[in-house]
Amino acid sequence: MMKLFTTTALLAALAMPALAVQPAEGEKLAQNQTYTYWLLDAIKSLDPAKNTDVEGSDVLRSLFEGLMNEDAKGAMIPGVAESFEESDDKLTYTFRLRDAKWSNGDPVTAGDFVYAWRRVVDPETASEYAWFMELMNIVNATEIVKGEKSPEELGVKAIDDKTLEVTLTTPTPYFIKTLSHATTYPVPQKVIEAEGDSWTQPGKLVGNGAFVLESHNLGVDITLKKNPDYWDAENVLMETVKGVTVNDNNVALTRYQAGELDRVQIPAGQYPRLKQEYPDQATSIPYACSYAYIYNVSEKGPEALKDVRVRKALSLAINRDIIVDNVLQGGQRPATTWTHWAIEGFEQPETELATLSQQEKTAKAKELLAEAGYGPDNPLNLTLQYNTDESHKKLAIAVQQFWKPLGVNVTLNNVEWKVHTDRLQNQDFDVARYAWCGDYNEASTFLDWFRTDGYNSGKWSNAEYDKLMADSKTAEDTTPLYKRAEEILAEEVPAAFVYHYAKVDMISPRIKGLPTENVLNTWYAKDLYRLAD
Amino acid sequence: MFAYIMRRLAVAIPTLLLLIVFSFVLMHMAPGGPFTQERALPPQVIANLNAKYGLDQPLWRQIASYLWGIVANFDFGPSFVYPDRTVNQLIAAGFPVTLTYGTLSFIAAVVVGVGLGVVAAIWHNGFLDYLAVGISIGAQVLPNFVMAPILVLVFTLWYRMLPGGGWSFEDPSYWIMPVIALGTSYMASIARITRSSMLEVLGSNHIRTARAKGMPEHRVILRHALKPALLPVISYLGPVFVSMITGSVVIDVYFSTGGIGKAFVDSALNRDYAVMMGVTILVGALTILFNLVVDILYAWIDPKIRY
Amino acid sequence: MVIEERKMQSLAARLSQDEVRGRSPWADARKRFVRNKAAMAGLIILILVGLFALLGEYVAAWSNDELDFTVMGQVAQMGMPSLQNGHYFGTDDLGRDLFARTVQGTQISLMVGIVGAAIAVVVGTLYGATAGYVGGRTDQFMMRAVDILMSIPYMFVLILLLVMFGRSMSMLFLGIGLISWLDMSRIVRGQTLSLKNREFIEAARAIGVPAWKIVLRHVVPNLLGVVAVYATLLVPLMILTESFISFLGLGVQEPLTSWGALISEGAGTMNYGTLWQLAFPLFFFVITLFGFFFVGDGLRDALDPKDR
Repeated sequence: MMKLFTTTALLAALAMPALAVQPAEGEKLAQNQTYTYWLLDAIKSLDPAKNTDVEGSDVLRSLFEGLMNEDAKGAMIPGVAESFEESDDKLTYTFRLRDAKWSNGDPVTAGDFVYAWRRVVDPETASEYAWFMELMNIVNATEIVKGEKSPEELGVKAIDDKTLEVTLTTPTPYFIKTLSHATTYPVPQKVIEAEGDSWTQPGKLVGNGAFVLESHNLGVDITLKKNPDYWDAENVLMETVKGVTVNDNNVALTRYQAGELDRVQIPAGQYPRLKQEYPDQATSIPYACSYAYIYNVSEKGPEALKDVRVRKALSLAINRDIIVDNVLQGGQRPATTWTHWAIEGFEQPETELATLSQQEKTAKAKELLAEAGYGPDNPLNLTLQYNTDESHKKLAIAVQQFWKPLGVNVTLNNVEWKVHTDRLQNQDFDVARYAWCGDYNEASTFLDWFRTDGYNSGKWSNAEYDKLMADSKTAEDTTPLYKRAEEILAEEVPAAFVYHYAKVDMISPRIKGLPTENVLNTWYAKDLYRLAD
Repeated sequence: MFAYIMRRLAVAIPTLLLLIVFSFVLMHMAPGGPFTQERALPPQVIANLNAKYGLDQPLWRQIASYLWGIVANFDFGPSFVYPDRTVNQLIAAGFPVTLTYGTLSFIAAVVVGVGLGVVAAIWHNGFLDYLAVGISIGAQVLPNFVMAPILVLVFTLWYRMLPGGGWSFEDPSYWIMPVIALGTSYMASIARITRSSMLEVLGSNHIRTARAKGMPEHRVILRHALKPALLPVISYLGPVFVSMITGSVVIDVYFSTGGIGKAFVDSALNRDYAVMMGVTILVGALTILFNLVVDILYAWIDPKIRY
Repeated sequence: MVIEERKMQSLAARLSQDEVRGRSPWADARKRFVRNKAAMAGLIILILVGLFALLGEYVAAWSNDELDFTVMGQVAQMGMPSLQNGHYFGTDDLGRDLFARTVQGTQISLMVGIVGAAIAVVVGTLYGATAGYVGGRTDQFMMRAVDILMSIPYMFVLILLLVMFGRSMSMLFLGIGLISWLDMSRIVRGQTLSLKNREFIEAARAIGVPAWKIVLRHVVPNLLGVVAVYATLLVPLMILTESFISFLGLGVQEPLTSWGALISEGAGTMNYGTLWQLAFPLFFFVITLFGFFFVGDGLRDALDPKDR
């Protein structure tokens, strides 16, 4: 039996025309519809199963299309799937696919999705994002990744060429939201089997997205051109998309100002000045990542951190306003919770961090530390580890200075990225800088991290928290559960949350269609257009 | 001469092997591996990744199979960090770029440097001499990671004359700033060597004789002084080559040329063992070759040297 | 960057012609050095920079890791060099006093340069003197080894070492020092070869002085001229190498800093109205290197007056 409500809502959504952005009244389009944007580094892979970073996802989103897309506000809209139905027990989803073609003329079928998803979980592929399929709770995903079952047993089936059926192990409220992620994109089986690992080279890569790959000079630039065979091609205005790699943010800004780039990230601390000088180009929008200092409360961690008063004191003493207003200056917000404030449906609990003034917080911090037996006469020695980066360095230095008057002596330890992650995974740290970005627009993408069997590098464990997260999978209303979970985090302080990210960019005023209200910042090149000078 | 070359080549092989083994071992001892990620990978995936890249073999086996791959197929293996590409592809894409702007910088540095040095020597202790020496020391001490962003600022933003980065083999406007940034400090050293060497030669007996015979000055310089004066410059060229490859990292970072210098540093930081080894071997082999060529050139020019 | 081998060899040859007889060659050299204006200027610069490094922290109004919260966030307006708020050189982006940091950076960079050069000199001299004195097969083998090591792209190895062993000061010294002893050993060996057959060495051998004592007591002191010049010219090389390492992000750890790190940071903010962040460290960096070059050249010209 089908859930009538869901189906009706979907049909209502479908009644609207295809949602490519249209120019507003009086806007004149430029002759050359090109968009040139900045890349920090080389794109690791153009294979949806092997991609691991945001920059890769941005390109894949133009070359391929998944079951669902996101609109300008981050809500889910149909992609390759015209409609879907959810079973009563919420364990089965049936998708009806539209008529669409690969860039080599082949039709896009449900079998392509089946092949792609099996490929992701197949241990042979050795995909570093196989865990995403596990996150989606697809039947047998975990077992296949572990090698206990074969990929054919994955809970995804092609009923016929245009119908895809997915079965889940447990009801997953955010399931639909995961379907715009690059890992779930279909891949052309024929091409992969013929070309092997080099199938992603220009000239060989076949995709079902709005653009095709024209050239890719690793570490230099990547060029995409409009795909005339895309099912919605008549509504796509952008013709050429070019990603240019510039390893130094400051030089990138210089090149943006010289007109070589349409979009660039603003280097730390420059936003206020640039906002004054170029008010229509400097933008700051919330971005679903949170920055924190994780405490190591495992066996290997320092004794002092096992005392919750110490952890709380350290967290209270961080002056988040100074960090946000004086160091970062990019429109970021202080973090009093782990979940980003702009996540859909998330309600922040009232915590000390949020309500007390900084003076009160610092005073309380000193009190708590004294209770725990530390202070300027009995100093606490800790190491603060962070990976090499200007901003991380600045924050770490600031935090070191915040903790000094409390009698905490911090040794800064700057290590490169690989060493940093290695140490995190082995609990070889005292306090470590960390950031987590949401994978889908729902609080559990953050909160799952602190579950006992989550990524949880500090190895904190709380039974009530675990139960809350488990219950939230099937609950009707998850908001109070997530709120309580955050309250526990605020009471137990397994980490000091510092700030919530914002995306701070210079964007050419001639480019229209970039989302400003999508907290995951998923942008589609097919929604962009360029105005005439 | 032939025997000398053979001997040098014979020494080259163990040098390369030493380099390979040393780098291999050193790399594997560094904490973190190519697959150390923010999200810890499930053990089965790690096992598969390791098997795929042969990392589960004992170290000596890995070295052996790696060397065999190179010798038998000239195949440096797949990149660990860029799963779509092989090391051969990465090097084939990046090396020509570095070679191009490196060679151009080199030529520019030699031409300008020798010119400056000769001028300084001829007008010794005059204004031109001090100017030339001042310029050369000044250029030498300005680090190229300061010069590069200044160049972009001046030529791309202020005067809109040159593109701020990227690379094209056809369009020379992409070459200019990298060549300036890379070549300047070598130009300076070459100028200094040329100057002092030229001074020494100009004071020697056979030059005095030529002048006494009434030969016009410009012929004295061009015909008799220049060739012996250039000898020290030639012996300097070997170290210059290696420095240029390492200095090219700065160029790659600031001008996004996609060259091999950055590829090396990145591979060290990303623990991409294959790329690191590939670049190390390539540069090592070229260094040895280059040094050999320089030594031969030196011996050919200077008849006093016998091997 | 070069230390010209031929000039060094010529210097070495000349110095080995005369034995160390009393003070006269050294006195001559000193007189020539003093008359060389550029060299004296270089020496004065170095002394001044040295004083800056030693005494600067007593003059500084701020410590090198203290954040000035009144400046932080508005560095372009508030962070300018000024005598009133004690930030003589201005502040960096975080509001830390640039004067104190430049002092501290000078200390580190000078130390790296001098220690690195010292390591190179000690290792290179002993190695080269031993090879040259012992001669024969051992000499061939030792010099072959040097040839092999010279073909290895040292920067790669240095990066590998730093990545491997983490970033500590001692690793930095070690790495940088190990790069440069090769050239020195070659030159020292050359000079030892010519010294070897002098009468006073023969006499010592005849008396029965053991070889190692001869090397240490008789050979090495005669090398001092060459070594001094080479070492002086090596220091700026070391400082340049260190600045490159800092640029890569592999240099000294916060809160310590070096010229390379300061210059790197300053170069980044060049276009944002905070030019002092680049100007002051760069200034010290440049004049110190100038100083070392002039002194080194002056020393060489003083000891080997045939060249000018």
